[in-house]
Amino acid sequence: MRVTKLFTLLLILLMVCSSLLRANDETTGKNSEAPEKFNVGKLIFEHIKDGYEWHIFKVGQTHVSIQLPVLVYSTHSGFHAFMSGNFHHGEEMYDNFKIAKEGKYEGKVVEILADGSELKPWDFSITKNVTSLLLSIVFILWVFLSIAKRYSENYARAPKGIQSFIEPVILFIRDDIARPSLGAKNYERFLPFLLTIFFFIFINNLLGLVPFFPGGANLTGNISVTLVLALFTFTITTINGTSDYWMHIINAPGIPWWLKLPFPLMPIVELLGVFTKPFVLTIRLFANITAGHIVALAFYCLIFIFAEFSSVASVGVSVISVAFTIFMSILELLVAFIQAYVFTLLSAIYFSMALEKHEKHAELH
Amino acid sequence: MGLLMPDFGLFFWMLLSFSCLLLIMKRFAWGPILKALSERENSIEEALKSAELAKEEMTRLQTGNEKILKDAILEREKIVKEARDLKESIIRDAKVEAIVEANKVLENARAAIEFERIAAIADIKNLIANFSVEIAGKILKEKLGDEKLQKELVKDYIDQININ
Repeated sequence: MRVTKLFTLLLILLMVCSSLLRANDETTGKNSEAPEKFNVGKLIFEHIKDGYEWHIFKVGQTHVSIQLPVLVYSTHSGFHAFMSGNFHHGEEMYDNFKIAKEGKYEGKVVEILADGSELKPWDFSITKNVTSLLLSIVFILWVFLSIAKRYSENYARAPKGIQSFIEPVILFIRDDIARPSLGAKNYERFLPFLLTIFFFIFINNLLGLVPFFPGGANLTGNISVTLVLALFTFTITTINGTSDYWMHIINAPGIPWWLKLPFPLMPIVELLGVFTKPFVLTIRLFANITAGHIVALAFYCLIFIFAEFSSVASVGVSVISVAFTIFMSILELLVAFIQAYVFTLLSAIYFSMALEKHEKHAELH
Repeated sequence: MGLLMPDFGLFFWMLLSFSCLLLIMKRFAWGPILKALSERENSIEEALKSAELAKEEMTRLQTGNEKILKDAILEREKIVKEARDLKESIIRDAKVEAIVEANKVLENARAAIEFERIAAIADIKNLIANFSVEIAGKILKEKLGDEKLQKELVKDYIDQININ
């Protein structure tokens, strides 16, 4: 019942998107030229990076992709909104805007000024990752609000359907992450945030593993996204910091005075620690997810690298490649959970550090 | 490195949409869900506790019942014993009373008999006296003319009659 609903939703979504689909065969002109050399790095990075259109598949030389809105504010010419299809996969210029092919702004929309120089506008475009982000948020809201409805109807009812999958996870986060880290007195305050980041990261990690639309966008492997998540953790930590927490940074207990006084070495180190924590959160999630995607894609690319030498070799390699990719995908499923878990757990630990009182120092250091 | 540089557009949309997600989830999803979960846990805990209490109450009642039964048996035995004792004592008392009564009746009878006998003897004495006087009179009428002699003689006779 629930599954059919989900499929109907996806179908409607696909239908909406298909109206935006654009089959482009203008590149067929290149057919006469020698086939392009297979570029592994370019392929992998195109999959990992954000884009102005959502590429779905390619038949022969025909690209099928979803057009996405480009919203830019230029200090030179004001606000512009148009569909990314106008760029014809980055081949053409539209309204003085084009996707830079090289240079500082490679892959980004730039405005070409009258003198031929490039100007980077404020770019609010609904890119592939933004679309994926919005879709995942719609999905998360749909799942959790329907579950919340079931819970508020009758709390004593046994969990059913997707609820029975999510309930143990909620309990796991509550009983094994939030409560032990934050203590029975404080954990309820931070629980909504911890649950939200956990499910956001976990669901987007999983969506990233789905190789076709509406998955496949490398959202949690994008540093802007992980940076925002880490900034939330950082902000909450900073807002909730007790005087003990700040005193610990300025005047860490148990450290010889000469490390603090003439030159405040320890305070600097501690203060740096405040900022390295969210930085590490950002990099860890970004690097783990991106690396997973790169490795899985690299295994696939092996097939095509060998195909350039001989088709027999490529068939032989494909067996190994597919086996390895399946292995990687299973590993990535695990990583999807582990990274969501680690991010949530570390956030909880940072909050607990901000809340801690003096008595606890002795056991922590 | 394009990968390592945060992108302004995505950063902006992420900040905006994640804030919205956080607020909506906090208000409309986690609130009811966490509340329901803790309520369910409490109700389960309470149900277990009350079940435990009911079990205790049950065993308490059971031992109480046993005690009541035992008491009742003891009570019955006591009552039966008391009744038996009472019966015996009533019988004993009745016997004693009957004997006493019988004795009394016997005594009365004896007294009455004695009284009657004495009365009868007195009567007899009177009768004898009268008869004697008559007889003596008759005899004396025939034999004695002298009244004085007669009387002495009568007296002698009467004294000779030994009454019992």
